[in-house]
Amino acid sequence: MHRLWTLLFGAAAVFAVGIFFWAAGKSGYWFPENVSVIGVDIDHLYWVITWITGITFVVVMVLFLWFLWKYGDERRPGKAVFTHGNHTLETVWTAVPAAILVFIAVYQYGAWKEAKFRSHMPDSPLHARVLAGQFEWRIRYPGPDRELYTDDDVEQVNLLHAWKDQDIVLQLESRDVLHSFFVPAARMKQDMVPGMKQNMWFQITRAGEYEIACAELCGWGHYKMKGHLIVHETKADFDRWYQEALGRQNADQRDPSIWERGE
Amino acid sequence: MSSTATTIHTEAHAAHAEHELSFVRKYIFSTDHKIIGIQFLFTVLFTLGLGGLLALGVRWQLAYPWTKVPIFGELLWSDNGGAMPAEVYPMLTTMHASVMIFLVIIPGLSGVFGNFCIPLQIGARDMAFPTMNMISYWFMWPAILFFVASFFVTGGAATFGWTSYPPGAGNLQAAPGSLHGQTLWLLGLLCVGVSSLLGSVNYITTIVKLRTKGMSFFRMPMTTWALFITAILQAFALPVLTAALILQVADREFMTSFFRPDDLVINNEPAGPGGGQPLLWQHLFWFYSHPAVYIMILPAMGVVSDVITTFARKPLFGYKPMVLAVAGIAFLGFIVWGHHMFQSGMNPALGMTFMTSTMLIALPSAVKVFNWLGTLWGSRIRWTTPMLNALAFVSMFVIGGLSGIFMAATPVDIYIHDTYYIVGHIHYVLFGGSLFGLFAGLYYWYPKMFGRRMSEFWGKVHFAGSFVLFNLVFFPMHILGMGGFPRRYADPYFFETWKDTKPMNQMMTIAAILLGFFQLILLLNFFLSLRRGEKAGHNPWRANSLEWHTPEIWPGHGNWGARTPTVHRGPYEYAAPESEEDGYYPQTTPPPGSQAERAHAH
Repeated sequence: MHRLWTLLFGAAAVFAVGIFFWAAGKSGYWFPENVSVIGVDIDHLYWVITWITGITFVVVMVLFLWFLWKYGDERRPGKAVFTHGNHTLETVWTAVPAAILVFIAVYQYGAWKEAKFRSHMPDSPLHARVLAGQFEWRIRYPGPDRELYTDDDVEQVNLLHAWKDQDIVLQLESRDVLHSFFVPAARMKQDMVPGMKQNMWFQITRAGEYEIACAELCGWGHYKMKGHLIVHETKADFDRWYQEALGRQNADQRDPSIWERGE
Repeated sequence: MSSTATTIHTEAHAAHAEHELSFVRKYIFSTDHKIIGIQFLFTVLFTLGLGGLLALGVRWQLAYPWTKVPIFGELLWSDNGGAMPAEVYPMLTTMHASVMIFLVIIPGLSGVFGNFCIPLQIGARDMAFPTMNMISYWFMWPAILFFVASFFVTGGAATFGWTSYPPGAGNLQAAPGSLHGQTLWLLGLLCVGVSSLLGSVNYITTIVKLRTKGMSFFRMPMTTWALFITAILQAFALPVLTAALILQVADREFMTSFFRPDDLVINNEPAGPGGGQPLLWQHLFWFYSHPAVYIMILPAMGVVSDVITTFARKPLFGYKPMVLAVAGIAFLGFIVWGHHMFQSGMNPALGMTFMTSTMLIALPSAVKVFNWLGTLWGSRIRWTTPMLNALAFVSMFVIGGLSGIFMAATPVDIYIHDTYYIVGHIHYVLFGGSLFGLFAGLYYWYPKMFGRRMSEFWGKVHFAGSFVLFNLVFFPMHILGMGGFPRRYADPYFFETWKDTKPMNQMMTIAAILLGFFQLILLLNFFLSLRRGEKAGHNPWRANSLEWHTPEIWPGHGNWGARTPTVHRGPYEYAAPESEEDGYYPQTTPPPGSQAERAHAH
């Protein structure tokens, strides 16, 4: 019977490792393909940690299962080994993981600074202001004059246009509750807190259309707070789209900013 | 038993501990720590069912969104064709987590085992403050009533997650559930807090003051050690949560603005006066709730250490390092709360500090796992139901611990924060860890609680089914999380990115429903064994620690008869040279050749 129980515990470990390999293959259940510069670093760090924890897991489980298999036989004669520990062994298994953990922490610093430290924000003009509200994203571009709330602003709902390899700098704000601006394909996420103006920046390396999701619970419609990031091939393509959008907006009688109180 | 001439430890009230009490005083408003522990146990079995049903509601929606919910759909949402309305889904996730954390795991571990085991394991007659102990139990009921009632008030139950972040939770207009349900949630949590705090003060005092003769700190079983340190954690962290809860009540009901920023517009209405800061709530909440994560796992670690040594028939490998590891986790537990807030808008430089401290807290956890492995090495394992559950704890905690490292790494966390990755992680720690630990303790101490044994056969069926299904439900969550699958989404298939994940979610839901059914085996086994179980005798597991050496199998109020026992050694001296054939060497047996032993022989 003890072999069966050992196999049951073993099966769980094999299942855990197996489903990882299966998913990382062509299952469709894995990271969406990365399209951002910071995403390269993040995916790399993910794999570093996966290998370290994966090897640790396998070693620990092999020992665990081996001991169950060997000492689980109830016919085994005699008493158990009478020992209260082993100082050398314990020192080693404290010091080695400590070193590995400190290494993992320090190894993250660079990418984290790159992604979030203000000192690493690119020196390019503000691309757009994203104002979140239940349950949509209001996106306002400052336009050619680089000033928000002037006549050449374009404001759109749920659509963020940009171009390939641009240093996209966004200003994130929320008007009501917490939201979080999440672009899975770019590996970027930032909570939006009412009363705080925050910046977010990233660079997309491939033209295309990517989904924007809200990642912080914001109410009953949280799940449908979907936007799109549309990355044009060149800045010229983006400018062409911008002029068109501005023309359409001016033709429209409705004031685009009534949604924002007092602006 | 402990009738030594030199080590008598009499107490004034010992003699009249056994006078007749009415049924109500004996079993309902009891001040006997054992009865209170059992009351907590029955309550937790009820709330576990409640929390489980809420979870199945969540799982149904993820597998078959907007379709008729079996059984409950017709009853609750007949005007919606039996399908769950969109605003109900976040209520289910919120209340599932709140019930499981505050009404199952915390009272289940601290309430049940703290009350039942501590005085028995240290040779005390009762808790230091028995009446306060009774009040601590009865404060659970208003909490349960507030939580249950919140589903029936206008707007429904609390809806902004078990973390209740303002401004969503702090303003009545933010969602239907923010109307009254949120206030009831806050009041319920205040009651749970009072209950925990009264318990903690009691545990700390009892352990410091009422240990019997010979029971030095380093002879206490790990269960008592873990509960002791947990109680200290709770006593220091809870006041912060209590303050935060009161501030949020004030924000909601009296229009104060602790958490409400300037110019807030919710649902197209100005929300009220500003000047507050939403992040303040997150700091206060996590300053309690991160230590609370350890409040939910440390006692289980203690229970598992007791169970593993008993059924490995071997001393705990590295007893003092184990104690220090628990203390280390508790200390570090206070300086890692910011890792819940890496993406919150908190200064990213703080993120680096919190990442480093969080990595370090993995260290004592790793040491504990290695020590359990060391205990299994060279052991003589007995495959009982409690042992199986304890071994499940160890192997599942390894997964839950390692997956935590991904989220501690701030850049990786940018991507997996608020995805199903964290949901998988928390369930490996709280279900794979805490709940299997709770099962282990339940099967282990059942004979002591009720004088009978639960069926080993059905116990093993329950274990095998739960273990397999648990992995099928929760491991795939990591995979979904790596795909960015967000938590708290009523319909993730609304997005291109996740629309193809439905088959896996359906598999997980079916496994979850079966997992629910397997818990019925536990309930049946539990209740049928009360009457029909095999008589347990004094010490069915041949364990060394003090709780198995009371003069009567089921001692009355006062536990120890005329004299409390004398302790001669640590709780884990299995397989010592002086021990019996199966390694049995109880804490109460005097050492051979001692004066006490000679007196014992007469």
